[in-house]
Amino acid sequence: MTTTDERPAGFENNDHKPIGHGRMLRKEDPRFIRGRGNYVDDVQLPGMLHCAILRSPVAHARIVSIDTSAAEAHPKVKAVVTGAALTELGLAWMPTLSGDVQAVLATDKVRFQGQEVAFVVAEDRYAARDALELIDVEYDVLDPVVDVRTALDPSAPVIRDDLDGKQNNHIFDWETGDEAATEAVFASADVVVSEDIVYPRVHPAPMETCGCVAEYDRIDSRLTLWSTSQAPHAHRTLYAIVAGLPEHKIRVISPDIGGGFGGKVPIYPGYVCAIVGSIVTGKPVKWMEDRSENLTSTGFARDYIMRGEIAATRDGRILAVRTNVLADHGAFNGVAAPVKYPAGFFGVFTGSYDLQAAYCKMTAVYTNKAPGGVAYACSFRITEAVYLIERIVDCLAYELEMDPVELRIKNFIQPDQFPYRTKTGWVYDSGDYEPTMRKALELAGYEELRREQVERRARGELMGIGVSFFTEAVGAGPRKDMDILGLGMADGCELRVHPTGKAVVRLSVQSQGQGHETTFAQIVAEEIGIPPADIDVVHGDTDQTPFGLGTYGSRSTPVSGAAAALVARKVRDKARIIASGMLEVSVADLEWVKGAFHVKGDPEKSVTIQDIAMRAHGAGDLPEGIEGGLEAQICYNPENLTYPHGAYICVVDIDPGTAQVKVRRFVAVDDCGTRINPMIIEGQVHRGLTDGVGMALMEMIAFDEDGNCLGGSLMDYLIPTALEVPDWETGFTVTPSPHHPIGAKGVGESATVGSPPAIVNAVVDALKPFGIRHADMPLTPSRVWDAMRGVPRPPV
Amino acid sequence: MQVPAPVEYERATSVDHAIGLLERLGGAARIVAGGHSLLPMMKLRLASPEYLIDINDLHGELGYIRVEQAEVRIGAMTRHRELLESGELAEVFPVFRDAERVIADPVVRNRGTLGGSLCQADPSEDLSAVCTTLGASCVIRGGAGERVVTMEEFYRGPYETAVEDAEMLVEIRIPVRPGGSSAYEKVERRAGDWAIVSAGAAVWLDGGLIADARVGLAAVGPNTTGLPAVSDALRGREPSEELYEQAGTLAAENCSPVTDMRGSADYKRHLAKELTGRALRRSVARINERG
Ligand SMILES: Cc1cc2nc3c(=O)[nH]c(=O)nc-3n(C[C@H](O)[C@H](O)[C@H](O)COP(=O)(O)OP(=O)(O)OC[C@H]3O[C@@H](n4cnc5c(N)ncnc54)[C@H](O)[C@@H]3O)c2cc1C
Repeated sequence: MTTTDERPAGFENNDHKPIGHGRMLRKEDPRFIRGRGNYVDDVQLPGMLHCAILRSPVAHARIVSIDTSAAEAHPKVKAVVTGAALTELGLAWMPTLSGDVQAVLATDKVRFQGQEVAFVVAEDRYAARDALELIDVEYDVLDPVVDVRTALDPSAPVIRDDLDGKQNNHIFDWETGDEAATEAVFASADVVVSEDIVYPRVHPAPMETCGCVAEYDRIDSRLTLWSTSQAPHAHRTLYAIVAGLPEHKIRVISPDIGGGFGGKVPIYPGYVCAIVGSIVTGKPVKWMEDRSENLTSTGFARDYIMRGEIAATRDGRILAVRTNVLADHGAFNGVAAPVKYPAGFFGVFTGSYDLQAAYCKMTAVYTNKAPGGVAYACSFRITEAVYLIERIVDCLAYELEMDPVELRIKNFIQPDQFPYRTKTGWVYDSGDYEPTMRKALELAGYEELRREQVERRARGELMGIGVSFFTEAVGAGPRKDMDILGLGMADGCELRVHPTGKAVVRLSVQSQGQGHETTFAQIVAEEIGIPPADIDVVHGDTDQTPFGLGTYGSRSTPVSGAAAALVARKVRDKARIIASGMLEVSVADLEWVKGAFHVKGDPEKSVTIQDIAMRAHGAGDLPEGIEGGLEAQICYNPENLTYPHGAYICVVDIDPGTAQVKVRRFVAVDDCGTRINPMIIEGQVHRGLTDGVGMALMEMIAFDEDGNCLGGSLMDYLIPTALEVPDWETGFTVTPSPHHPIGAKGVGESATVGSPPAIVNAVVDALKPFGIRHADMPLTPSRVWDAMRGVPRPPV
Repeated sequence: MQVPAPVEYERATSVDHAIGLLERLGGAARIVAGGHSLLPMMKLRLASPEYLIDINDLHGELGYIRVEQAEVRIGAMTRHRELLESGELAEVFPVFRDAERVIADPVVRNRGTLGGSLCQADPSEDLSAVCTTLGASCVIRGGAGERVVTMEEFYRGPYETAVEDAEMLVEIRIPVRPGGSSAYEKVERRAGDWAIVSAGAAVWLDGGLIADARVGLAAVGPNTTGLPAVSDALRGREPSEELYEQAGTLAAENCSPVTDMRGSADYKRHLAKELTGRALRRSVARINERG
């Protein structure tokens, strides 16, 4: 691993533990490395039963009849529940995160292959699965809508006839920017380039599938739910609303989570089935999806067909960008995004460039495919936006015969323009793009690579160099603009310092591998001077943590990280008053050095935070008006999103005989503002870059013409391994966020967002000798070979 | 977790015991060797045998690689990993090591067997292509004794072999001829994936001319395919780039790929040509290196 970040002395001995920000090993790792993580599937309760779900084998059909008698007769089966039974309970349908409804169990029709039709609760997982085979469902198969381009044809079958008066498959139209102004710029521009760009449907495919254990206590009317949730508090409120259970009687626990990537933001029918199963049987019920269920029924991502247009002057001044998007949302609109943003934050498709105008029009439609449109580490659709702009800028460079780096630098928003309001209304908080780009160029040896490319091309070899530059918008979000189903996106945080100076910080966000137990301890440590090892981070249990909206969209550090810093400062402010009493000086005469207050000009006279904690809880008087104890609570409402950026450079080689792409090098320079734990940041970046290789080169959830999902196993839906990725070369610049208390910006998804265009740009660059300007993902050998013969095909 | 349907399980203690069980239980029983093809199918409930006869305890009896003067004999329970690591085998038939390097991953290779690979009869199976390339024959044993069939006779269609319900594959025999070498080329979408197309080649030189040559392809037809037309075109000729090109063209013409998630039929045909040429070139280079 190469990095420009100097590792502090002692790192190699694994003993570097800063009091505050800095590189330190993750506090949670010993338990994961020793196999002592505690995941939902590890939860075992006395008398626990198991739930299995019967799913539709076809994409679109009317349910004629369901016969469950044979399944009910199975000796180990405790309950069989169909949509009809749920209708009686008023639970057959549930709200999605974007104001649509989704069937928990199909009542009238099935609308995608893999849709939930019935469930069985049995004594063990095997019996539950066996009993599914005993349920007899008669389907009247209907024509499916598979090709999103024909979904709005008047002749297309109407998928959502459950919605009153619905006559077509239209979900919404959405636009942003100024159509007329953009048209005016395009009409008079020297150069206009347009390209059809597809971002195929992909799946988060976390290592741990979704699941839960529901325990409904009939005596106490109390529901405890261990679940794979990225947002336990939001889920609790939604269960209260959907199931009519009182919220104070619901406890949602998200224990260790084996990867989420956005796929664990929504509430899936399976969770509701397990809850109903527990209510019906009076026993705890576990439901754990299998791999195929996860890939075929839980939230997918992307699936945008985009027409991108860019207008520029002949000498490479970008003037305007315009796009028309057709969005495939599947059978139910289950997009997870703040309510006012049906297309997520796609509005940042203007990228990192200073434009005169921009416009986007989007149409979203239903198809007979799994619902979703969730994150997959996309920061609410910024993956699609960045891919569009970074691909179309390269198309422009191609037409202008300009170096893609030069073109980008020429059009960057300048440092003195921040805060910068884009033509679609986003206010970028801070940025200094050119140094980040230059650092990446330097790390990559860009000039040298271009020279090498000339030589190789002369020998008939196919080498490509791809560049992308992204600006992300993360940390949702200001409650005046952003809510999910009416829940504001502010986060609570609570900090208690115990008498001996150890502390516990309680957060609403939920780690799925991001290292929260370390990062948040470090944030508090930096502010209050207690070593991270002495700070316990509690998360993932609604009974033990304050309310907040959870971890996705790279929001944890921008929102909860700010909350953690501010709550620590609040505690420190109180500690200062107590210290003034202990040292018998006025507050103004105290100076804070990390971990202690001392009297100005007399460093010998000091008290540590640990001394203060003991005094706060101990005997003796405290300064007037000060209560005992050393703790605080806040709720942080972000003023704006944070806007991290980065410059990525990818080098690929393509075998001219077989069209196989090899990613030779990848340089990633990220700017996420203040860096709390550089090792964790690098880990996040490595993960995202690997994701990018997957999406660019192999991942896609495809369907046949009958709507059968062709990606239902990891044999069919490929995700990259260590052998497909190069030795990542990372670097960084630091442009703090002006409004975040410690200047930090999010970074969890930057690499997922920024890497696909760099890789695709590299492949397309390698294919330049064939006159190729664009080729769609996934760039499998077969599809690259098509491109080499001049017939690049869209993947859908 | 994907769970299989109920199944009875018994461990065989000898080949005769296994065959006895197969005779008694009939078509409802399946042998499980490495389990890396059968168990995934059972978990997906694409296969639901009533009985499993586990032959892993027969590794002592059927796990061997015997390199003899005129013949190499490999037991059906020989694991991928043993084929990969055998220096003796790589010496005579480097095609085995080439192929094993790109079959699945270490976890699968630790358990998966030669016999299981051949009996699975997946059209993309790499070891079947290797055995076809080398003109192997298969020793099948039943209650009535042993019979030996060629690879062409062994395969009856996708997932179908000449092994009857109460029979087992016990051994593969490969003739050793002087002056030869071999190689394997595979294109996959990702490490550990099945082939988009793969090609094995074996060449025997005599006085600078090709005395014999064989090519076997995987994933371009109902079974791994031997290509007599290619052998005919190569025999008696001097190795050259034009000849590889010609052999590749013949290979492409004589296979029947279909379009699927791994690639288009056109692309696979192109690969059949490209990889045939590469495998032949490498085989000849190996002979020449050896001097
Ligand atoms: C993730 C993954 C990737 C893979 N990638 C590849 C790849 O790239 N290339 C490749 O070629 N293969 C690949 N395979 C298949 C792998 O090589 C299997 O191990 C092999 O196909 C089967 O061997 P087995 O011993 O596991 O057979 P099993 O699964 O035990 O058996 C397979 C079939 O053969 C029968 N059988 C087994 N032994 C005998 C016998 N002696 N006589 C009669 N019948 C018998 C069984 O009854 C069963 O029907 C992959 C498998 C996995 C899981």
